[in-house]
Amino acid sequence: MLKFASSLLAATLLAAAASVAVGADQPVIGLITKTDTNPFFVKMKEGATEMAKSRGARLLTAAGKQDGDNAAQVTAIENMMTAGAKTILITANDSKAIVPAILKARAKGVMVIALDSPTDPRDATDALFATDNYKAGVLIGEYAKAAIGSKPAHIITLDLFPGHPVGAQRHNGFMKGFGLAAPDATINELGKAPEIICAADSYGDQAKAQTAMENCLQKNPDVNIVYTINEPAAAGAYKALQRAGKEKGVIIVSVDGGCAGIRNVKAGIIAATSQQYPLKMAALGVAAGVDYATKGTKVSGYTDTGVTLIADKAMPGVESKDSKVGQSLCWGN
Amino acid sequence: MSARASNVKADKPNAPGPHWPAGLSVAVLGPVIALVLACAFFTTQSDRFLSGSNFSLILQQEAVVGVIAIGQTLVILTGGIDLSCGMLMALGGIIMTRFTTTLGMPPLLAIGCGIGATTLFGLVNGLLVTRIRLPSFIVTLGTMNIAFAATQLYSGAQTVTDLPPMLTRLGDTFSIGGTEFAWSTVAMLALYGAAWFILRETAAGRHVYAVGNSPEATRLVGIPTQRVLLVVYVVAGALYGVASLLSVARTGVGDPNAGQTDNLDAITAVVLGGTSLFGGRGVVVGSLVGALVVGVFRNGLTLMGVSSIYQVLVTGVLVILAVAADQLSRRGAR
Amino acid sequence: MSAVPHTQPRIVMKATALVKRYGQVVALDGTDFELRAGEILAVIGDNGAGKSSLIKALSGATTPDSGSIELDGVVTRFRSPIDARRAGIETVYQDLAVAPAMTIAENLFLGREMRRPGWRGSVLRMLDKRRMIEESVARLAELKVGIRSMSQALETLSGGQRQCVAVARAAAFAKHVVIMDEPTAALGVKEGGMVLELIRRVRDRGLAVVLISHNMPHVFEVADRIHVARLGKRATVLNPKKIGMSDTVAVMTGALRPEDLPADALAH
Repeated sequence: MLKFASSLLAATLLAAAASVAVGADQPVIGLITKTDTNPFFVKMKEGATEMAKSRGARLLTAAGKQDGDNAAQVTAIENMMTAGAKTILITANDSKAIVPAILKARAKGVMVIALDSPTDPRDATDALFATDNYKAGVLIGEYAKAAIGSKPAHIITLDLFPGHPVGAQRHNGFMKGFGLAAPDATINELGKAPEIICAADSYGDQAKAQTAMENCLQKNPDVNIVYTINEPAAAGAYKALQRAGKEKGVIIVSVDGGCAGIRNVKAGIIAATSQQYPLKMAALGVAAGVDYATKGTKVSGYTDTGVTLIADKAMPGVESKDSKVGQSLCWGN
Repeated sequence: MSARASNVKADKPNAPGPHWPAGLSVAVLGPVIALVLACAFFTTQSDRFLSGSNFSLILQQEAVVGVIAIGQTLVILTGGIDLSCGMLMALGGIIMTRFTTTLGMPPLLAIGCGIGATTLFGLVNGLLVTRIRLPSFIVTLGTMNIAFAATQLYSGAQTVTDLPPMLTRLGDTFSIGGTEFAWSTVAMLALYGAAWFILRETAAGRHVYAVGNSPEATRLVGIPTQRVLLVVYVVAGALYGVASLLSVARTGVGDPNAGQTDNLDAITAVVLGGTSLFGGRGVVVGSLVGALVVGVFRNGLTLMGVSSIYQVLVTGVLVILAVAADQLSRRGAR
Repeated sequence: MSAVPHTQPRIVMKATALVKRYGQVVALDGTDFELRAGEILAVIGDNGAGKSSLIKALSGATTPDSGSIELDGVVTRFRSPIDARRAGIETVYQDLAVAPAMTIAENLFLGREMRRPGWRGSVLRMLDKRRMIEESVARLAELKVGIRSMSQALETLSGGQRQCVAVARAAAFAKHVVIMDEPTAALGVKEGGMVLELIRRVRDRGLAVVLISHNMPHVFEVADRIHVARLGKRATVLNPKKIGMSDTVAVMTGALRPEDLPADALAH
């Protein structure tokens, strides 16, 4: 009996050792998103999972509980390192607060790549795969300028909230594309101009955007261009215009390229939107992770994952694709 | 306060006055003064502030939080707090809209289902508080997370659009003397009127105050304390369901991310309105005033072109002033 | 007033051989109790003598394990304090059982609110506040409690005034018996005197009063008879006019045995 038991034990240990040995060859990559629920990150996870499967890597995922949840992401970094992750991809909830945890991980030889949102400072991570949010703003600014032609511009901007780099880049990029004197991509403050008759914060939320737009219209009902930080804000802005009976003749531009937003482009609610590619960010990140694990080469610097202007009414001099193309590339549902 | 013997053999007791209970005037007067002062200030800062259409706008903007705040006031009057209100509102909205669009349910029935769902969650809150005797803070923190997850899962994190007109009827407007008012404003004011009446004029309403002021006393005099608490949470849940409908009517969509800050906004409105977080004191109409104060500041600061971060700052200062004023006035009464 | 030897007032409430155990502890060990109409019966006893357990049984807060309680000769069982209230027994608890933020009138009618006549009362369930205020004014006037406005919050009153309101509430709704648990405990000299005066008036209105107190001077000031509880039983009932305070305390602590007392010191 004892002999049987000991040989069973030995067999089990050998099998375990064998599986560990096999596992030891498989690259382990961690993906930490801001939240689990935003379709943007759901798409990211999809892209990462697909790429991991095709390259034979093991993907660990984690997320914060809500936007801004830094602590959960710090914990996730630690847990993933313990689980053997050699590359971590992260969309940071707090670009500054996450830095110590990232530096600690890198000191232990882990490659950390920021996706979508840069850390502050940017070089705290090995690399950044993200949309060029400034360029996203520039594209829609150029479109809006072409659309308005020579008419005097009365612009309302619905921004994110004060101090957020992505919000500032898109807003300032829009101004630049429109032809207004604008701060450059490194500035975190929103630029001002006399053509911008009202700038309000939407927090990226549809209902809050509607309220902000209503208040702006109350301040100055004479608007013909609305810049919005993302597509839910654009929907809220449209609703406010509708209630004021002003939705015709106002050009709404936005950023994101989610499937719901592209549908709004098709419906004529959003004139143009800059589409970004979370799936590509994650896929590139996983590929980089696999390369690091197998070849030992790290990536560095900033990789622009691309942004495409989607508009159904093309404007001369501004390159865009229509909503059908947008729908084939969109994220979310 | 020493009772001199002369108090006992004092002058004959006064004839009954028209005011019941004492302290009503102080409780509501503070917030109303704050509202009036804010309006006066913004009138000087922007010539677009003082108009019927602007006020109608602010009323519409505050309708959702305003109605949620009625439920929150009830809960806070009993000495509890309800952190789940915003998420329940979002859940109700998603259920109403998806039942109509995806399941093809008749809109009125779908609305009933949405309100039914939030009421059910209210019942869960109430049972956990009364039967299992858990603190309301913990209970509603739990149901808040459960409701949020349920909303995200059922909606697939996707906004529901293309709603039948019946769902957005309350967002439609009608004209009074040239100014457009929304039916949502009528609904909100009607609900506040009903709540005010019940809390002031009926035994059930007075029992809510008694339970919050002294649960031991209510038990000893034979008031069914646990039943009062349970009813409060259930009614609050139903009110969050009505707020769902108002939210859908206003935005025209079912938004799974709606209401994420509404629980704190509702509590802010209640506190600004003079209701004590310790329970047993406050006037429900104060919560409407509190919500309007926040709305006025948001509207006024935008008209002035001031960054929204100042609105957050002002709200914080007002909350502290409101709580301090409440404490000081009560200390002076002794 | 004090018991007249030949025509004693009828017994309003009577308890026989009450037993109450809490686990190993025997709180009531077959105690008896009699309360006569129109008297103030003080219940005294050392800690652990069983006086609060007795009062809990009489007010319906607990149910005795054995023994019987009779009200006007009819055996009754109280399953809750509400049962006792319905039977006409009102209790003034030590912490008063009032809602401090609510008005005097609201507190008087707490749990027993009056509704308006007609459809306003039945359909809308509106309270008849005017009538409740009038009633409150009348009740307090009856007992000569001089408080100015029924619409002021209870917490604006002094401790003694609050006690008077609680006593007045019990007296207003009691049909036979008012039980008072340490009514003067937290009060100063003047306020205590005010409450005792009120207790006398309650008795003079025809209600029987059970007064639990450890304040001997107050007991001797108002009590018609003194029920001494000791070791879970009734040791004896004393006549405060025929026995002094120190002897009473001695009986309470067991230093003096009831059988050693002169016959006229006992009351029946």
